Amino acid sequence: MYHVAYFLDQLINGVTLGAIYGLVAIGYTMVYGIIGMINFAHGEIFMIGTFLSLIGFLLLGLLGIGWVPLAIVIVLVVAMVFAGFYGWTLERIAYRPLRGSPRLAALITAIGMSIFLQNYVQLLQGARNKPLPPMVTGGVELVETTNQAGQPYVISLSYLQILIIVLTVVLMVVFTYLITRTALGRAQRACEQDRGMAALLGVNVDRTISLTFVIGAALASVAGLIFMLRYGATDFFVGFLTGIKAFTAAVLGGIGSLPGAMLGGILIGLIEVFFAGYFNLEYKDVATFTILVLVLIFRPTGLLGKPDIEKV
Amino acid sequence: MTAMLSIKGVETFYGRIQALRGVDVEVGQGEIVTLIGANGAGKSTLLMTICGEPRAAAGRIDFDGQEITGRQTYEIVRMGIAQSPEGRRIFPRMTVRENLQLGATTTDPAHFAQDEERVFEMFPILKERADQRGGTLSGGEQQMLAIGRALMSRPRLLLLDEPSLGLAPMVVKQIFEVIREINAEGMTVFLVEQNAYHALRLAHRGYVMANGRIILSGTGQELLSNAEVRAAYLEGGH
Repeated sequence: MYHVAYFLDQLINGVTLGAIYGLVAIGYTMVYGIIGMINFAHGEIFMIGTFLSLIGFLLLGLLGIGWVPLAIVIVLVVAMVFAGFYGWTLERIAYRPLRGSPRLAALITAIGMSIFLQNYVQLLQGARNKPLPPMVTGGVELVETTNQAGQPYVISLSYLQILIIVLTVVLMVVFTYLITRTALGRAQRACEQDRGMAALLGVNVDRTISLTFVIGAALASVAGLIFMLRYGATDFFVGFLTGIKAFTAAVLGGIGSLPGAMLGGILIGLIEVFFAGYFNLEYKDVATFTILVLVLIFRPTGLLGKPDIEKV
Repeated sequence: MTAMLSIKGVETFYGRIQALRGVDVEVGQGEIVTLIGANGAGKSTLLMTICGEPRAAAGRIDFDGQEITGRQTYEIVRMGIAQSPEGRRIFPRMTVRENLQLGATTTDPAHFAQDEERVFEMFPILKERADQRGGTLSGGEQQMLAIGRALMSRPRLLLLDEPSLGLAPMVVKQIFEVIREINAEGMTVFLVEQNAYHALRLAHRGYVMANGRIILSGTGQELLSNAEVRAAYLEGGH
């Protein structure tokens, strides 16, 4: 019984961690899909999302808005809007002038923007860890059992975990609707498949690419919010590792595939948590990046990647 | 006849390679005008230059009395020009209906059902394929979709790039019949073709292009009986 309970515990942990990676991975995969570049500054947008959430909660606290559900909704909206603005600016300033230049130029610029944004936040916020007191506490007890030492071991689903799962599912439903059913989503997919042709049909390609960055950044900021609620602290460097893991998730799911990004995120979250839970906590990152290497060697198109061959 | 589309002295480059060397073409309201010429003469480049991609390096293009040289592609298209481009370029991972919806990007969504029905009347096979992905269609079906998609924007000027390329004679006949019909309803058509015989029979006027220049022009009948044209583009009798 204990083993089942422990497994369940890890499963819930893995899924909620995977939600963060998945939400960030969507930004990588969308940008790759539409302009064929890896936006390495995307992890920094996530990091900015954690700070936006932190600042949002602290400001709301000062204003005396203490009711947690309301605070979370306000912070969610504000973080998405501001992060969207960062994403828009990033594309407009750093990437659009380089469109049509060699891929290496865009890649180097992305790494440059990543370093710039880290330093920008470090200067503004300082290098030290910024804590946030726990916002969502309590939970539902699922199973009570005893561990090997005979002590009680309780498996519970915390309200925070429920919030993370519900939030992620709702966002995914809205996002999927946006991409598959609306004119904006169609324009976005058309630009992915043939930008020149989309323009010939009257699609404003530049605006569509801008919106892609805005949407990706907004989703990353939600991941930032979840991260802040889950870990209760952030610093200017958190975007690096999370960004690379989310990138791994995008590659695992199949870069360019939106369901793949979410699936890859959940899988990476599960792999990380289970490796840490059953084998070795210190080497959990090694496990993640071993996956990246294996995928790149044996299945570069990822789990749900589109094969390049199409009948035309 | 007022010129709906007027192209004067247009030059276009791909990098250092000059594809158009001073092209003058006029297309009048309600006409079918065809442009014929060998592979690599610059026909497709001219159509793309009208749409602003690539931009003309010199010369001037006017549509409806307004200069469009140097404008953004999507702005030009929104003025009422639609193109079925070289290679059809349908979106392979989208359904037939989504391709048509994208064709209607610039129009009021309220027209969509009506316009779609009209395209399905012209090309009934597309109705059967409505939920199939574009990449699974045959060449002829893709061509029909490319033309249908261009018509969805209710353009005033339709640019067609080699609609007969690689298609079975029956399909070619059907497509040319559709071009004749939509022109009879008032649409202006600028048609690029290698299939010179069919194109010249269909068109009111024609131009012949070689090496980035217009070398001949006249009515369809004049060009059909021109010895040079016959020798260069109609050999083999078709």
